[in-house]
Amino acid sequence: MYWAKKLASMLFTLLLVSVLTFLALFLLPGDPAMLILGTEADARSLELVRNQLGLDQPITTQYLNWLKGVLQGDFGESYTFSRGYSIAKLVACALHVTIPLAAGAIVLSLAFAIPLGTLAAGRRGGTLDKIILFFAQAGLSIPAFWLGILAIQFFAVYLGWFPPGNMPRWAADPLGAAASLVLPAVVLALPRTAVLTRIVRTAMLETLQEDYIRTARGKGVAESTVIFKHGLSNALIATSTVAGIQLIQLVAGTVVVEQVFSLPGLGRLILSAVLLRDLPLVQGAVFVGTAIVLTVNFLLDCLYPILDPRIKEVW
Amino acid sequence: MAGFRWGGGLLAGAMVLLTAVGLIYTPYSPTEINIERRLEAPSLEHPLGTDNYGRDILSRVMVGGRPAFQAGLVAVALGLTIGTLWGAAAGYYRGWLEEILMRMADGLYSLPSVLMALLAVTLLGPGQGSILVAVSLANIPIFARLVRSQFLSLREREFVMALKSFGLPDSRIIFYHILPNCLPTLLVQASVSFAAAVLAEASLSYLGLGTQPPHPSWGRMLKEAQGIAGLAPWAAIFPGLAIALTVFGFNSLGDSLRDYLDPKYR
Repeated sequence: MYWAKKLASMLFTLLLVSVLTFLALFLLPGDPAMLILGTEADARSLELVRNQLGLDQPITTQYLNWLKGVLQGDFGESYTFSRGYSIAKLVACALHVTIPLAAGAIVLSLAFAIPLGTLAAGRRGGTLDKIILFFAQAGLSIPAFWLGILAIQFFAVYLGWFPPGNMPRWAADPLGAAASLVLPAVVLALPRTAVLTRIVRTAMLETLQEDYIRTARGKGVAESTVIFKHGLSNALIATSTVAGIQLIQLVAGTVVVEQVFSLPGLGRLILSAVLLRDLPLVQGAVFVGTAIVLTVNFLLDCLYPILDPRIKEVW
Repeated sequence: MAGFRWGGGLLAGAMVLLTAVGLIYTPYSPTEINIERRLEAPSLEHPLGTDNYGRDILSRVMVGGRPAFQAGLVAVALGLTIGTLWGAAAGYYRGWLEEILMRMADGLYSLPSVLMALLAVTLLGPGQGSILVAVSLANIPIFARLVRSQFLSLREREFVMALKSFGLPDSRIIFYHILPNCLPTLLVQASVSFAAAVLAEASLSYLGLGTQPPHPSWGRMLKEAQGIAGLAPWAAIFPGLAIALTVFGFNSLGDSLRDYLDPKYR
């Protein structure tokens, strides 16, 4: 029941996003046929292109046709990118960049935030706590693109440790491609690490006040066992409830980071589609991005009841 | 650390002051091109150096904060007003109204501001207007959720029960008796939201979606400095520093306010 409810809510959100983007783009002034053929085109060829694209049909028919295509993996063709490149292909290529980038950033931010947050909570009010909180505040305040620009200058151009751009294709040079993603992943991870550190710290402080922690300490369990086994494992469950929104923010961050590092990912694809007013491409790319984020969120939701049996009772 | 308690507020105030002075005075014109003096390192004449068009970076930093502060003000003003009404209605009346309002807020909340800005730009074209729409929309659900959660507990309190039994109209109870109790929390969120909107405006301007040239904005300046960061690092360092200090200042101000207003943290 719990899973069914979550699945229904996910599909509903996805449908809602697709309807809203479709509607928003439909209301947009401007004629796509003219965008393709140019302003000099005569009325007959404009009519022909409109007919070809199905633009002369009512919006509900257009939407249903689009949805039917999407369910078969067909997002139509981009207005601006050269013919023969379907939107599905463009998006698939972009995901080869964005998924490893986002995954790397998630791993990095968890790898730093969990120990730092735990450490800060264990030393509440102490110097270490204050230092960690200061860095968390700074990490949240430094613009990712600024950090990216400075990191490229220092680590790529000055020290030459990383390639300064022009990510090679995975098939051609897998090591080079991975190396191109290191700095972007670090930059993308920084603000999330800062937020997660604070969340882990707060969750840990709350968990440490629970009765079972006092019981464990009373029994004479070693402090490290109390903190890591009883405290951290429970604090992480509390933390995982905000994982979804953090994931969404992280994926949004890829738009900026991909732009800074000139990576051909999904965020940059959407940005150029918006600036070029390539509506089907905006629509398709936003839909795929949303679908991925919602699916991961759904999988996380499915994990909670396994991690924490108490959640099931609520539903 | 008691002496540093309001350090964030001081920092935020200093950045506001810098921008306020920029409204009436800048050492040079922020937009006038002077190719002979391009890419000059910081000196007495140009304390922060010049960019690749020979424009004085200090003057541009003083003016370039305007779109960011405007985004912060509009985001907080609209987010606070609409979000508070939204959350108060949901939290006070409960029932199906709450269900509808909060599902809508959740939906809006899960859309990141970058995506909202991209959609706004698709509809309205690049410019400060699109950014203001996006940052305001992003803040409405944040305030709505906050106010609702406060109302949920406050509406069950005895003083509200008593006022209801006197037959006071709902609007009076909501605005004169419950809402003032939410003010401390709202003030903290306003400061944090202001910081987030400044950062969002800078990011979106960097992407080229906001203020258009020749008018400076901190994010736009960084976009223009990226290509010349090796030749003129100062062009990339100072606008970014201005953003970071402003955001850090307002975030810390939020923390100080919370510590000061919430007896739990004192």
